[in-house]
Amino acid sequence: MRGDDLQKRAATAIVWLLLIGAPYWLPAIGGYTELGTRVVVLGLAAMSLNFLLGYTGVLSFGHAAYFGLGAYGAGMTLRYLVPSTGLSVIIGTLVGTIAAAIIGPMIIRLRGVYFAMVTIAFGQTFYFIAFRWNTVTGGDDGLIGWTRQPLNLGFATIDILKSSVAFYYFVLVLFAVAVGIMAWLLRSPFGRTLLAIRENERRARFLGIPVDQHIWISWVISCCFVSLAGALYALLNNFVDPRTLYWSQSGDFVIMAVLGGMRSFWGPLLGAAIFVVLQDYLSSQTQNWMSFVGLFFVLVVLFFPRGVLGIIRRRATA
Amino acid sequence: MTQLVLFNVFNGLIVGAFYALMALGLSLILNLSGVINFAHGGFLALGGYLAYMMIPYVGFWGALVFAPFVTAILGLIVERVLIRRVYGRDPLYSLLLTFGLAFMFEDGTRYIWGAQSLPFQVPGWLMAPLSVDYFFLTGYRLFMVLMVAIAVAGLFAILTYTRLGMRIRAGTLDLETVSVLGVNVRILRNLNFGLGIYLAGLAGVLAVGQLGLQPTIGTSLIMPSFVAIIVGGLGSLPGTLLGGLLIGVASGVTTVFFPSATEAVMYIMMAAVLLVRPRGLLGEEGRF
Amino acid sequence: MTSDIRSALNRRSILKTAALAGVAQITSPFVITARAADEVKIGFDNPITGVYAALGKNELIGAQLALEQINGKGGILGRKAELLVEDSTSGDAGTAVQKARKLIDRDQVNFLVGNINSALAAAMAGVSYEKGVFHMVPGGHTDPVTGTNCHWNVFRICNTTQMEANAVAGSLIKNAGKKWYYLTPDYAFGHTLQAGLEKAAAKLGGTKLGGDLTPLGTTDFSSYLIKAQSANPDVIIFLQAGDDAVNALKQAVQFGLDKRFHLAGAQQELEVLIGLPPEARTGTWVFEWYWKQPNVPHVEQFVADVRKRSGGHVPTARTWFGFAAIHACALAAEQAKSLEAVKMAKAMQGFKLPPEVALMPDSPFFRESQNQLIPNLFVGNAQAKGSDPEDLFNVTEVAKGIDAAGTLEDTGCKMTWPA
Repeated sequence: MRGDDLQKRAATAIVWLLLIGAPYWLPAIGGYTELGTRVVVLGLAAMSLNFLLGYTGVLSFGHAAYFGLGAYGAGMTLRYLVPSTGLSVIIGTLVGTIAAAIIGPMIIRLRGVYFAMVTIAFGQTFYFIAFRWNTVTGGDDGLIGWTRQPLNLGFATIDILKSSVAFYYFVLVLFAVAVGIMAWLLRSPFGRTLLAIRENERRARFLGIPVDQHIWISWVISCCFVSLAGALYALLNNFVDPRTLYWSQSGDFVIMAVLGGMRSFWGPLLGAAIFVVLQDYLSSQTQNWMSFVGLFFVLVVLFFPRGVLGIIRRRATA
Repeated sequence: MTQLVLFNVFNGLIVGAFYALMALGLSLILNLSGVINFAHGGFLALGGYLAYMMIPYVGFWGALVFAPFVTAILGLIVERVLIRRVYGRDPLYSLLLTFGLAFMFEDGTRYIWGAQSLPFQVPGWLMAPLSVDYFFLTGYRLFMVLMVAIAVAGLFAILTYTRLGMRIRAGTLDLETVSVLGVNVRILRNLNFGLGIYLAGLAGVLAVGQLGLQPTIGTSLIMPSFVAIIVGGLGSLPGTLLGGLLIGVASGVTTVFFPSATEAVMYIMMAAVLLVRPRGLLGEEGRF
Repeated sequence: MTSDIRSALNRRSILKTAALAGVAQITSPFVITARAADEVKIGFDNPITGVYAALGKNELIGAQLALEQINGKGGILGRKAELLVEDSTSGDAGTAVQKARKLIDRDQVNFLVGNINSALAAAMAGVSYEKGVFHMVPGGHTDPVTGTNCHWNVFRICNTTQMEANAVAGSLIKNAGKKWYYLTPDYAFGHTLQAGLEKAAAKLGGTKLGGDLTPLGTTDFSSYLIKAQSANPDVIIFLQAGDDAVNALKQAVQFGLDKRFHLAGAQQELEVLIGLPPEARTGTWVFEWYWKQPNVPHVEQFVADVRKRSGGHVPTARTWFGFAAIHACALAAEQAKSLEAVKMAKAMQGFKLPPEVALMPDSPFFRESQNQLIPNLFVGNAQAKGSDPEDLFNVTEVAKGIDAAGTLEDTGCKMTWPA
């Protein structure tokens, strides 16, 4: 028991060391800083999705909607309102969270495939709004004419626009806050209740747990962090287009979570890292990268029954 | 105006019939095996390309017969080698698996036949519209609807009157009992998957008559098919057919009044159905 | 017994070596990434997969041919030129931007080339502008790239939509009639193209009977076609590109609309006409480049060179875009005698492409303070069959680019140069 705990802490420490050191070791092995930033941002999105999927047992196939709302919220703040990076992140996150909070009560009674499909339905509706409301969103051509702004802390200004390393750490700090909150929530009685709902919803209900309400809160938290990831994604690219809201983007998040292992806290981050790096690397090597990425997914399903991290953990405990 | 609406209702039925054809295949596989087949669009494209390859040798009619058949055989092999391994596991693994397969299909077709869309010709006499007023009722589109009708009738005949069909239906309700009763579930699922893929292949051949034949031809058709399944009701094949027709008509009519919502309307419809009647229009209570 | 063990050992060690070799092969390119520093690098960030894959591959063929010619003549400023190809995907701006950063930050490219998708081109322009890298857009048409959103470092080969509209409007009215109904793809490319056509048509007495915006990726156009025919126009104008155009025209011809109306439009591409069944190859269009130009020097040689690399296919406008883009990069360096982006960009102001690159009459040039290439446009009719299986367009008029381009003020481009 104790050894297991120690192992967990050691693993967490290694993850953080790798993340903090990324701008230094990544270029040394042929990567580049923005690759790391992208992994962290998409990893955050996948981990947020997994808060709902892995720990509450509810599959959302429409998280891209809130990811995209966060992205548009941030982009439009910078484009139309104020040139402030901090404010754009806050507004972006709020926009996505509020939308999720409003939609939540309508959909939380649904389960399984039905929940997944209704989230797609709302997601696609948002997508078509962004896609066709050209005058505001820029439509398919995307929202252009803005960039993230240097971060003004009052006593100092950090240039996260020009320095990709500074921007990486900016993202990493917000990532740490979000992940910290999620980890803390999962350890709290609230988190334990979510697990109980995942394992046996009927029993939880009989025990007097307000299941729908818990799922709603879990949904909003999950969407809040995915909106944060979306806002950061917009800042990373200095660009937003409707594709960030499309169902295939939601599919990518699900794939990342499943690929890495949805029963483990860090699994989705690993999944995101594999997804991003594999595509980035293979598509530079061969025009037929899709075949190799596809083959990789197939092999993971065949040989890693619980995702990549699932097998590593089993080895470790065996 | 009335005429415009009427035309669009007709036209929506034609378009919807096509969605239904693809959705029926997806639905069969989902119902019996619990696999969400994201590679369905890939099989559809393959059906189209196979038909393109066969036409110089066996003609359009030959291709219409053989191409879906060959696609189905490939489906049987894929099920035997890959899909089978995810039965009984969390459906998300089937998603990862078929997503990977979809990538490989798209890339594979591009590798073999190139990215350039290929000209595909159907017999000339099918191309002409039947009358000047009802110009959107071309021979080909009516033929398509006819083919969908035949396929659907055939499918329902198989499901109702053959042993295989009865087992598929029984398995959809309670696979365990069917298995205990001595039916070889492995073979049953295999054949069922093949049947679903046959429909995808057939949809592929029919699609290239009016769409450009290129590797991504299936990707934009897959979501409407899912919507058709949900609107009609999971587990109900007549529901799937109805769902397909409904979203076709809804999109068509929306084009007349509010064109910018043409595609969004099917998703709004799906959300409304799920919120009011989660099991779908013809779905049974308490399943899935 | 012993032999068994030995063979087992052998097999195991062989397997091990093979595995090691495999791992080494997979990891080594990732570790050894330092590409020779003395080469001039051109980063090519364009679609290889997805809906624009066909166009992207043709641009790539043109680019590779240009690269070979450049290196055959001693490279760029005496250094060997190298093309680093990245798949931007057809629609994912995140990936396209990521690849642009990778090329600029990690690979330290001297030039960035791309993208076919206008949205991705604009997103990439954001990166190249931020980093001050010389950027050549081969084939993304939407106006802001060299208009309201222009940058000193971003150049473009293909036309603006306004140029295409101006070039074709006269022929359309003359050949087909004055009452038009528009089917326009619902994104900036379609909007600006339609606005351009309306402006150009109004000058010549054409009227708009109505129009519909069709979403990008529409597969079934029948409900739009039903509306279009009920308006009873002289011409149904199709402004779709790529697969959308294939689907729209294929269906319009199936409905017999080609026999009752003139089906036409502005931009048309050989890739689309090849993908159509012969009876649907109809209408008045504008091509941005065409491979049959009997009296223009170097064109025949170019066609022959491309055929050698494309499995016998002729070059399309896309092939020429890729070809001209890479040559223009090299010419910028030679003209500036430097690889500094600002010097090269300055050297390209008003620069005329030499005939072996231009491959058309009237020397196309990069307009000063806009960075837009002003080439000629090829107006004509699609044809079911020609002298060659891929001769599907009959050029009736070569419109002078400068007449179609409008004034610099019209474009809305205001450029600021780095101090």
